[in-house]
Amino acid sequence: MAEVKNILLSGVGGQGIILASKILATGLINAGYDVKMSEVHGMAQRGGSVTTQVRFGDKVYSPIIGKGQADILVSFETMETSRWLDFVKPDGKVVINDYRLASAPILIGTSNYPEGVIEFVKEQIDDTIVLNAAELANKLGNIKTMNVIIVGALIKALELEEIDWDQVIKETVKAKFVDMNIEALKLGMNQVK
Amino acid sequence: MKKFLTGNEAVARGAYESGVTYAAAYPGTPSTEILENIALYKEDIVAEWAPNEKVALESAFGASIAGARSLAAMKHVGVNVAADPLFTLGYTGVTGGLVLVSADDPGCHSSQNEQDNRYYAKFAKMACIEPSDSQESLDFVKEAYRISEEFDVAVLFRMTTRVCHSKGLVEEGVREEFEIIPYVKQPKKYIVAPANARLLHPVVEDRLKKLEAYSNNTFLNRIEWNDSKIGIVTSGVAYTYAKEVFGDNANYLKIGFSYPLPMDKIKEFAGRVETLYVIEELEPFMEEQMKVNGIQCIGKDKIPNVGELNPDIIAHALLGKEIETVKVDESKIVGRPPTLCAGCPHRGFFYQLSKKKNVMITGDIGCYTLGSAEPLNAIDTVICMGASISMGHGAQKAFAKNGVDIRVVSVIGDSTFMHTGINSLIDVAYNKGNTVNVILDNRITAMTGHQQNPGTGFTVQGEPTNQINFENLVEAIGIKHVVTVNPLKLDEVDKALEDAFNFDGPSVIITRWPCALKKYSQQDIEEFGPISSKCHVVEDKCKGCRICTKTGCPSISFDVTKKKAFIDPNQCVGCEVCLQSCPFDAIEKVGEK
Repeated sequence: MAEVKNILLSGVGGQGIILASKILATGLINAGYDVKMSEVHGMAQRGGSVTTQVRFGDKVYSPIIGKGQADILVSFETMETSRWLDFVKPDGKVVINDYRLASAPILIGTSNYPEGVIEFVKEQIDDTIVLNAAELANKLGNIKTMNVIIVGALIKALELEEIDWDQVIKETVKAKFVDMNIEALKLGMNQVK
Repeated sequence: MKKFLTGNEAVARGAYESGVTYAAAYPGTPSTEILENIALYKEDIVAEWAPNEKVALESAFGASIAGARSLAAMKHVGVNVAADPLFTLGYTGVTGGLVLVSADDPGCHSSQNEQDNRYYAKFAKMACIEPSDSQESLDFVKEAYRISEEFDVAVLFRMTTRVCHSKGLVEEGVREEFEIIPYVKQPKKYIVAPANARLLHPVVEDRLKKLEAYSNNTFLNRIEWNDSKIGIVTSGVAYTYAKEVFGDNANYLKIGFSYPLPMDKIKEFAGRVETLYVIEELEPFMEEQMKVNGIQCIGKDKIPNVGELNPDIIAHALLGKEIETVKVDESKIVGRPPTLCAGCPHRGFFYQLSKKKNVMITGDIGCYTLGSAEPLNAIDTVICMGASISMGHGAQKAFAKNGVDIRVVSVIGDSTFMHTGINSLIDVAYNKGNTVNVILDNRITAMTGHQQNPGTGFTVQGEPTNQINFENLVEAIGIKHVVTVNPLKLDEVDKALEDAFNFDGPSVIITRWPCALKKYSQQDIEEFGPISSKCHVVEDKCKGCRICTKTGCPSISFDVTKKKAFIDPNQCVGCEVCLQSCPFDAIEKVGEK
């Protein structure tokens, strides 16, 4: 019986985390897993901290997990990794997008953006993967592909590359963006050894 | 093939498959997508946004009396608004099946409290059903309609955020058409004048006994026996947490029909286990009733009734399990509260209002509640839908009577004004109030994700419709001083506020500009025109005074080393509020000058 795996995606409202989770969940369902996915809607979407959780295995009951339970944390924004780090299992993995979005207290100058987040995470979690998805997305010619690039890295980190992800992209994004997103997903996968 | 659906999508599907032909709701997280998904069945179901939850429930009630299957959906606090018809609905019962979906929000993800609405079912003497996941959300709705007609009772279908907004695999069925029940007048049932109401009450008590008998036998309340001495009575999403924690090492009485409770079944279950836990989210709704019936159990002594549960909280509370976690460095975390978006029309208004001294500002529920946050700090109170205007009125009267020289400004959104703000403004006009009332009309119900409302000119099913004219409306109520302004023009806003302060009597200011995220209608394009070019900071002119950051725009940051402001071109929409705020003309439009 396949043990249930827990994925936590974190970032900032507007970064496309819900679409990223949808791509991931669709692939896992196509592969025959039972899947549960939990989203938070409403007020948090207005530039606030946002998470979604995806759980998969033979049979999944709870849609959510508590602290110390995520097999992998994927953070679409650097500082958000700090906020959710204690949700990761001590022997789990972290994927960090090296991309900063200042929050309101930083913008108005009452706080500074914290330095050394990536180094600190690496000290806590051995298996930490860092990528610069914004740079990669700009190379692809569309900053909005950043979320799909991150999903690519996540897929590789979870060793799920056997699933037909091209098909998943065709099912989840608009026809005219399919090719670009397939490319984005591959680009993300190549970031993880 | 199974579909991957949220609980909300599954409820909508369940209503469709049940042959529902009328549904009404008022948007509110986490319930909003229920009606949005029902509205997609345009050929089969009339779906409507009502101006508030009371209207939604009454409309659904009317459709039921007309003989059709109907549904009303709302968030937990919306049921408070609908409580008046609800309690009498508890007496009358129904004709066509009626389901009221109450979406509770444990953890206050997007709400002002975390009330447990199962108590409404007990209080109003109606049936309560609680699904645990998306498949049950679909299946249980179908059973709810059957029960509603068999027992002549409305069903409170109680969901929670994690059921509403979690996706799971769902097997769909087909729609079974429900033939409308021929209309006959039933005055003894539906005219609840005291003489009839007195006769209805014993009928209700008798109905509850029949429902309890059903509760003891229905598949909604099922026992899972395992080889264990532990028994768990649980309901809703808490069942899934219990299964994660105890797996096959406990026996379960899974309650899907939670009012009236299956007390005989619970007693039998309790008699066959050594330790009995009650695992329920929020209040001890089941536990209290079990204890009154002499059933010994462990519940809220150990499991918190504050906030939402998860598997770890239960494992810790009942098994003393400590989960190992990695270290967190608080110095590497800065808060990330939600903010008004770049280009939000509320920003210009609040920025100008925040400069006024000696004012009390009563606020309301919507995106603009964020006007209360740093750096704008332009709202003093937020309590419930529509309260801004009436609370402001009472405060202004109290100040005046007691010789306190403070002016009151009441701030409310367009949809919230039509929800329950209108009544409050009638109070202001009738009782000769003296408040400044501001309707922030952003041409859509924004916070819950852009729903149409009586001010937008479209229905939830996309049909053009009548559009409320706020100026005419408030003038008809009796407000003599009414002005409409563009909230992105700071001088216009300031003049409107000053004129209102100087006017002796109640006034209304309407700020009219679309939400920055709104997809413009043809009317919007004609009225508000194309979006203009972005703004940028001319570094030579920037003195580093940081005044532009006081607008709280998420696209503006301040570079401490260069001592210059910076506008992120990826976020700026060119609203020009910062441009007007700059005392040194250091912000310009890209491509101009």
